[in-house]
Amino acid sequence: MDISLFLSSAVIAGTPLLFATLGCILGEKVGNLNLGIEGMMLMGAIGGFILGYTTGNVFLALLFSMLLGAIGSLIYSILTVSLRASQVVTGLALTIFGSGFSSFIGKDYVGQVLSDNLKNILAPIKIPLISDIPVIGSALFNQSMFVYLGYICAILIYFYLNFTKYGLNMKMIGENPYAADAAGINVSLYKYINLLIGGALCGLGGSFLSLVYIPSWQENVTAGRGWIAVALVIFIGWSPVKAIFGAILFGGLDILGLRLQGTGIEVNQYFITMLPYATTIIVLVLGGLKKNNLNSSPQALGEAYFREDR
Amino acid sequence: MEQCVSVELKKITKTFGSVIANEDVDLKVQSGEIHALLGENGAGKSTLMNMLSGIYNPDSGSIYIRGKRVQFKSPKESIECGIGMVHQHFKLVERFTAKENIIAGNKGKFFTKNKEVDQNILSLCEKYNLQIDLKKRVSEMSIAEKQMLEIIKVLYRGANILILDEPTAVLMPQEVGRLFNIVKRMKEQGCAVIIITHKLHEVMAICDKVSVLRKGKNIKTLNIADTNVNELTELMVGYKSDLKIDKVSSNKNTLIYDVKNISVRNKLGVQVLKNISFSMNEGEILGVAGVAGSGQKELCEALFGLQKVESGNLIFKGEDITNKSPREVYKKGIKMGLIPEDRLGMGLVGSMGIVDNLLLRKYYDQKGLFLKRNELTDIATSMVEQLEIKTPGIDHPVKQLSGGNIQKILLGREISLSPDILITSYAVRGLDIGATYQIYDLLNKEKEKGVSILFVGEDLDVLLELCDRIMVLCGGKLIGIVNTKDATKEQIGMMMAGHMEEAALDFKDNKIEKVTSVKGGGLYD
Amino acid sequence: MIRMRIVKAKKLSKKKKILLQVFAVLLALVLTGIFILLMGHDPIKVYVSMLDGSFGSGHRIKETIVKTIPLVIAGLGIGIAFKMKFWNIGGEGQMLMGGFGATFIALNFKDSPKFLVIILMIIVGMICGGLWALFAGILKSRFNTNETIITLMLNYIALKWIVYLQYELWKDPASLGFPKIANFSDNATLPKIFGIHIGWVIALILVIVVHAFLNYTKKGYEISVLGESENTAKYSGMSVKKIILLTTFISGALVGLAGVIQASAVTNTLSTQLTSNVGNTAIIISWLSGLNSIWTLLVSVAFAVLIQGASYIQTAFQIPQAAADIIQAMILFCVLGCQFFLQYKVVIEISTKSESEVDVTKGGETYGH
Repeated sequence: MDISLFLSSAVIAGTPLLFATLGCILGEKVGNLNLGIEGMMLMGAIGGFILGYTTGNVFLALLFSMLLGAIGSLIYSILTVSLRASQVVTGLALTIFGSGFSSFIGKDYVGQVLSDNLKNILAPIKIPLISDIPVIGSALFNQSMFVYLGYICAILIYFYLNFTKYGLNMKMIGENPYAADAAGINVSLYKYINLLIGGALCGLGGSFLSLVYIPSWQENVTAGRGWIAVALVIFIGWSPVKAIFGAILFGGLDILGLRLQGTGIEVNQYFITMLPYATTIIVLVLGGLKKNNLNSSPQALGEAYFREDR
Repeated sequence: MEQCVSVELKKITKTFGSVIANEDVDLKVQSGEIHALLGENGAGKSTLMNMLSGIYNPDSGSIYIRGKRVQFKSPKESIECGIGMVHQHFKLVERFTAKENIIAGNKGKFFTKNKEVDQNILSLCEKYNLQIDLKKRVSEMSIAEKQMLEIIKVLYRGANILILDEPTAVLMPQEVGRLFNIVKRMKEQGCAVIIITHKLHEVMAICDKVSVLRKGKNIKTLNIADTNVNELTELMVGYKSDLKIDKVSSNKNTLIYDVKNISVRNKLGVQVLKNISFSMNEGEILGVAGVAGSGQKELCEALFGLQKVESGNLIFKGEDITNKSPREVYKKGIKMGLIPEDRLGMGLVGSMGIVDNLLLRKYYDQKGLFLKRNELTDIATSMVEQLEIKTPGIDHPVKQLSGGNIQKILLGREISLSPDILITSYAVRGLDIGATYQIYDLLNKEKEKGVSILFVGEDLDVLLELCDRIMVLCGGKLIGIVNTKDATKEQIGMMMAGHMEEAALDFKDNKIEKVTSVKGGGLYD
Repeated sequence: MIRMRIVKAKKLSKKKKILLQVFAVLLALVLTGIFILLMGHDPIKVYVSMLDGSFGSGHRIKETIVKTIPLVIAGLGIGIAFKMKFWNIGGEGQMLMGGFGATFIALNFKDSPKFLVIILMIIVGMICGGLWALFAGILKSRFNTNETIITLMLNYIALKWIVYLQYELWKDPASLGFPKIANFSDNATLPKIFGIHIGWVIALILVIVVHAFLNYTKKGYEISVLGESENTAKYSGMSVKKIILLTTFISGALVGLAGVIQASAVTNTLSTQLTSNVGNTAIIISWLSGLNSIWTLLVSVAFAVLIQGASYIQTAFQIPQAAADIIQAMILFCVLGCQFFLQYKVVIEISTKSESEVDVTKGGETYGH
């Protein structure tokens, strides 16, 4: 089995996870646990596909997928930030909504094929020089520009969180919204903005599936990836850069079954399909054992903020 | 800075649901003035100041800053007007460094890691004679350091109207002096300073004027020079009182609970109690003094059986109950009562009524699969009567009751178990004077019956009046135990900071001397 | 100048609370109605048609009841876990495992007496469902791992397991290449009373039993206390670990029972389509019922009507099944949104001269004065 080829496929399989994880990180850092990631991904997937299919324009497709993901997030945000509803239940409701909504408007697009023109734009582009590094070079740097977009987003978010004042402010909200409010930070505004951007990222993750990975629309194309992303956030310690590697790891697990089949290693193909989910469980348990304070969850995660709480 | 009226509040009213927190309050503070806002817990002091800091909005009334009418939609506008509030419960992020806490929310540069900001903060500190380690994380700071950080935070934002909410509640006696020096420096710089407090002697010591709040109203504003402790007390509580706590005695005195060399490690592996030994006797109130976080919580829980003891022994009436769970202890016939610091989060179920909360300690004894609530309804009703608990009904969720009533239910339940030992943690924190003295009464009554009581408290004056002996914890170590009839606040203060030698010296000489110099250890030296 | 503020409201009376919930559902129906309108259909016709599809004939009423049964049982099971604030999202997986257990008995005891087989199926199925949930409970009590994700992952693993059984291990040779597990013989099929399988009797009995359990027994009390605060439970002397383990097992067992009933009486076999999304719907039902057993029954009926009606209009109006999901989600959104008014009220202030307070409520009533 060619390691480089395997890694390359793992990167592709992991990209939707990467986007979803980044979106989740933004939400959690500002204090909101959004379990509706699956829903937002599905909305983005169908949105991106429909526009890609009908217009053949990649840019519009991506934009529309971001828009739908953000709309899903907007519903969540209105309910949990302004109306202080339960974050867990709202997220679940969003997942159901996203699933139903995407299946509904996608019924005429099941199995459709994208134009060659569009597929070409999203085909792998080799980055000179660094793609010549042995093994990892071609795996990481001979990919669709959509994949590169993922790396860029991760790095941008890293800088946003650690080097800008807006990142500092939003982190403060996730740790102690009372302190942030007293410091003059507009808690609701920051939450909305970060959640909407997070939703857009999840939408991108979904559309990667429908535009590059499959590429086509099928019902429930995400197959639980949104949930794996929630676990992945904990595993990589809310770090955007580590998310890249975590996503590749899980992407690899996802395709492991398929790859092993050709190698003659006897393995039960049914059990292999359980791997990503079983690994997520193991990862969660191990993550809980680590007692590193700096990499643990934001203190005020999951709580609604109300200024006049007595 | 010229003298001017920095802050003026006119007819401020604020209600929460059906509770009137402030009613028609007028207040005037000049620049360069230190103004005390005096009142018992629940009088409405913090609420009033929270309106100045933009956290609450008044229902009616107006606020004027330097003569201009303002309406704060959020803390942001308040900060822009130069108001800085240091809250009783610090608004800091434990995980952030000092610098991050200071600059968060500020209209600063886009990038956070620049050196210019560091310089600005340090020169500010010099101006006011303050110290800070910018790179230190808040989780590693002492309480005094955290308070210092809060003050620097508000000054950095350009505050010239400072509000300090119960600033001395968390400090050791010797740190109080230093805080007052900082406040005086601010006055010299022309700031207006408002200090919320219920400690009369502090008001007399440092303030220029005082406004007394009672039941949400501003009863009177006086010049300190024209008044005295007695008058202020009367204004504060509404009747003549010397606010003294009765001390009763019991003729029983045998050793009940022998604590031998216990050490406790918390979940993060940090040792929070180191080799503690002491004894609790019948008919006695043993006080526990110490800065918050010195191990009081773990001590109470270890005594009760909720916290694992790493080494050492707990011997109750001769029987070794070390590391036995509360239930196992109970089955041996040993009855202990615990009034935890976190009342609704540990001692009670907030969404349930009094009857179901009585079940908390009594359900296990009931035979069979089913709960028997009828037996407890009578106990609940008599408890409400005897303790004057104000509640719409015995099944009304207790979390909706006031702090004093909640505590009375908690204490009433524990007492109804007829315990041999009562462990109480910050039993009167946040309670109004009426409820507070009811709690003292209840404790004294139990003491007379022969119950051994542990009283963890933060107010040294109260400890000295109520308790027979006081043990002092510092950083998990037991510094010493003193008899209250011979001890002084200053001694205990030094012990709280960990200095046994100086404290012992004074004690031996039996001189009640005011200690003016303290060796090292303090942040402000 | 007009300003809006949020303040905490006084507690609402029971009557007002119910009115609020009803309003939320009506709001959801109106919003979905608009959605239906945009699709080119008359919402009133569609809704009436849905009701007709659920109650229009004796046969349809039976179908509605048959759909209600697993929803109630699973809803009760999920509710017990939720009471302890254990977010059991693994309804689908626990149902599948319950079905698995039942199928194991059904396929291996083909010649045993019916009475025995049914009892065994129920017991083994409940144990399988219980264990599946217990696994998450063990992880929670030992490592404090997030049960939401664990139970969810277990859903997927259970599904893959059933795929394995259906496509390989238990594949019925008589089905000629089509991946299917053999149908249950008669001795493994639940008997009927009044033309409906006895699941309805079981469901009704469980409603009463669970209600009594949660509100009147000592164990039920422990679950309520732990759900409110772990510290308080410990303080009271309760063994938190034991409560978590017991509760998660019971929760999974009940959901598994729903799986047994579906396998035995409805699909008559085990397949990946066993659950018909009951596991997930039960979560919503449980939450909407406020963890109250009687309400769980009523809300389950309502959802059964919704689902039965949705499948009916699928043929009549060409509206896809996914629409039912959208309606469910809308109802949830509206209820979640309206819960805001249980705790807060909005105050509008107009101008600086005279401040008048107006409470934004429905129908002009004011909350809490």
